[in-house]
Amino acid sequence: MTVRSPAALDLTGLRTLPSQVWGGIRLVPLVREEPLTDLRLHPRFFGDGAGPVLGHVAVAPRTAYTAYIPHAFVATWTRDGSPAAAYGTQLSTAGPAGPPEHTVRLHLHRRLARREDRDRLRFLPLHLALEGYLALHFGGPSVMWEEWSRRAAAKGLSPRTEEAYTGAEVAGLADALRVFEIHPGQCGVLLHTGDTLAAAFVVPHPEDYRLLHPTLVQDLFGELVHHHALFAGPLPDFRARIPGPGIGSLADLRAAAQEEERRWARFHDATMAAGLLGPAYTWQRVYRMGRFTLSRFLPAFVPKEENHIGETITDERGRTAYLKTFRLSETQVRRGHLLDRLAAQDWHLGATAAAMGLREGELGLRLEHAGFGALLRQDVLDRYRKENRRRAERS
Amino acid sequence: MERDETIGDLIAADDVLLFVNAAITSTGQREFHSDAGEQHLSLDFLHAYMLGNYRPLYAGVLALDINDHNAARIIRGLLRTAGEAAPEQRPREGRLIAAKLAAMPPQRVYALFADLRRDRVNNRRTRAIIRDWLAARPDPAFDAVKYRGGLKSVLRHTHLPPITAELGAFLFAPGTRARYAAPLLETWRRAHHEQSALYELPYTVAEGLAAKHGIPRARFLERAAGSMTRLETLRLQKAAGAAVRTDLAAMPLTRLASYVLGLPPDERAGRRAELTAALRTAAGRAAGAHRGRWGKVAAVLDDSYSAHGSGAKRRRPLAVALACHYLLAAVAGQYTALWTSGRTDALLVRPHGATPLGHRILDALESAPERLVIVSDGWDNAPPGLAGEVLRIWRTRLDPDRRTSVVHLNPVYDAADFDVRRLAPTVPTAGIRDAEDLPALVELAQFAEGRTGIEELTSYLAARAAHLLEPRP
Repeated sequence: MTVRSPAALDLTGLRTLPSQVWGGIRLVPLVREEPLTDLRLHPRFFGDGAGPVLGHVAVAPRTAYTAYIPHAFVATWTRDGSPAAAYGTQLSTAGPAGPPEHTVRLHLHRRLARREDRDRLRFLPLHLALEGYLALHFGGPSVMWEEWSRRAAAKGLSPRTEEAYTGAEVAGLADALRVFEIHPGQCGVLLHTGDTLAAAFVVPHPEDYRLLHPTLVQDLFGELVHHHALFAGPLPDFRARIPGPGIGSLADLRAAAQEEERRWARFHDATMAAGLLGPAYTWQRVYRMGRFTLSRFLPAFVPKEENHIGETITDERGRTAYLKTFRLSETQVRRGHLLDRLAAQDWHLGATAAAMGLREGELGLRLEHAGFGALLRQDVLDRYRKENRRRAERS
Repeated sequence: MERDETIGDLIAADDVLLFVNAAITSTGQREFHSDAGEQHLSLDFLHAYMLGNYRPLYAGVLALDINDHNAARIIRGLLRTAGEAAPEQRPREGRLIAAKLAAMPPQRVYALFADLRRDRVNNRRTRAIIRDWLAARPDPAFDAVKYRGGLKSVLRHTHLPPITAELGAFLFAPGTRARYAAPLLETWRRAHHEQSALYELPYTVAEGLAAKHGIPRARFLERAAGSMTRLETLRLQKAAGAAVRTDLAAMPLTRLASYVLGLPPDERAGRRAELTAALRTAAGRAAGAHRGRWGKVAAVLDDSYSAHGSGAKRRRPLAVALACHYLLAAVAGQYTALWTSGRTDALLVRPHGATPLGHRILDALESAPERLVIVSDGWDNAPPGLAGEVLRIWRTRLDPDRRTSVVHLNPVYDAADFDVRRLAPTVPTAGIRDAEDLPALVELAQFAEGRTGIEELTSYLAARAAHLLEPRP
């Protein structure tokens, strides 16, 4: 893939291979010629005690490599054995099983907790992940998120929250992932539903990918993705087409076949993935460890366009080692827009309202409608409501 | 008029070939890309369509190497609608059914009879066929012990008298006799209270009685080794340890390949000499008269992830490819094998990675073979459709005089398309079930090239039927 401006995503070192189609789902594999060996999944993913296995040889526990834990990965990090989720993707040294710094404890029903299969890779199921994600990107406190998780786990989503779907609900995704043939050296995938880009996922090493490939089903997708997958008919394959004239030998034929593959990669990167790779993002550097940097990025929140939000780990030259994006739905874009405005004014309601040409009460209610009511104190919210009611009565 | 007939004939030939491919590959079980329900639905349609439109050809397909599942279905369909057969067709149909039943494993036949009972098919022809089949069984007492339920149900359904009065008592009034004259029946009676008698019974029967007596599994397997069938020893070899030893080289080739693929890679590497020798011997036996006579052969074999099949047909497509590999090595004078993953050690092959069929076919054509055999499920995805393009251009531009003959063998039935997946219209595709059928299939595949009409196909089916019906020594 080509190098782009510093503010865009840089997927150098990853090669686009021909897509595999199943129903309305298109999966585009990304292959790394040289896998990164000094950034790997946290040992927790490989079962208790054992480290990642590199080329069928187990890495000694002391071998220096940096470990990462994807956002919302659930494990029993805490001492008392209750499950907790990683809050934001995290980097750590690969100690035997040191817990990540930021976790959110889950208060699940006893029944839910019991049902949990101890050895399975688990991610938060996962409207919660996105709630946390949005808040995380805007520096929302993790305590707030814990409140959310408790409420949502106990009562389900409040009707105010916009809809999100786990991959299991996206039509055909589970089957598409099951029949997908993972390429040797594959380190990532771009997921298209109904031929619009839904998510990108890149890891540093093929074995990490192999491990996480099935978990894409448990991942979270916006309603846009869900609807696209549901209503898109079976997608056409981009079948190779080689014009006959001009081919006089096997060598010609081979060259034409290779050109065909390159043509697809160019078309895909420049056209199909343009919404992800093209625009510049607002970057926020979160953490550095060794030569790796963990950052989060935000789109420009332009309504009616592709807006991807995500986390990435890059090396010292800015090349992507780890990437996970979510495509925001229209509602989410609007919410992001609101938060974006707030953040620009240092979260001051009055100043933000003034900048947007609204009254403070209106902004408050807009926030509530957008599902961020929990960000505001109850008494403040009540004051806004009263104020608006009075106005309505007066007019 | 003349012209209409030709088009109709072409369609008929097409339909029959399509059905033959389905009948060879599909068993109504789950496959990698479709579940059992889709497979059944698809197969049901084809059977109904063939029975309704091409009854004589439908019956004629019994003479080909179709799988037992479809053979049973065809027989069931023919017997269910016995009255619709034209009078001049009836004797031939009856003889074909009888010949196929004689070739099928008995447990399959008893299952078919049970299905007929469920369908309430009890016409005169059905009874006659069942009567003849039962009369031809070599040892009625053995059937009565091993297939007790099946035999009982069939006798109940058809009202046929048991071969001997004693057998009748054994089946319908057990416990009324203190002693049986037939040795096997007597052993069965004794085995209920005498542990040592148990080991003289067929393995499946002994297994149940061993559980009743509470015999430890290890001890039972050790002593029961003598009463197992060939495939039972293969299946139980691992569980039973040293006690059960089977002669691997005597196994059918594809079955053996399946067994080898079921072993962990370390064990395969450790027993390399033994396994390779067994596979070579089995392949040599399957090659028969073709041995070493095919000249320069190249094979493209699919070991992509989809070759692992499904939980119901574990590693079946890969096993077929592996068996074809050894068989082609036996029939070829000079042989090159290309696995899609790029692997060169056939014994350690495993389903893994994508399917770059197009590139492998290019590699294979490089060696300018006389024959190119492609064994793949036809899901060419890296990049999609390249195999078809390569084959098309090879045929039209680079090799118009057909110096290389190309054939594609497909072990997987594609339920959505009612056929096996094809790579290119210029290349004949045939379904394959067991690698042992490969020489016959390469013969059949020439029909699929679309150059042969219904007459050749009919005469081919007739020749195969004659072969099936001819009396065996």
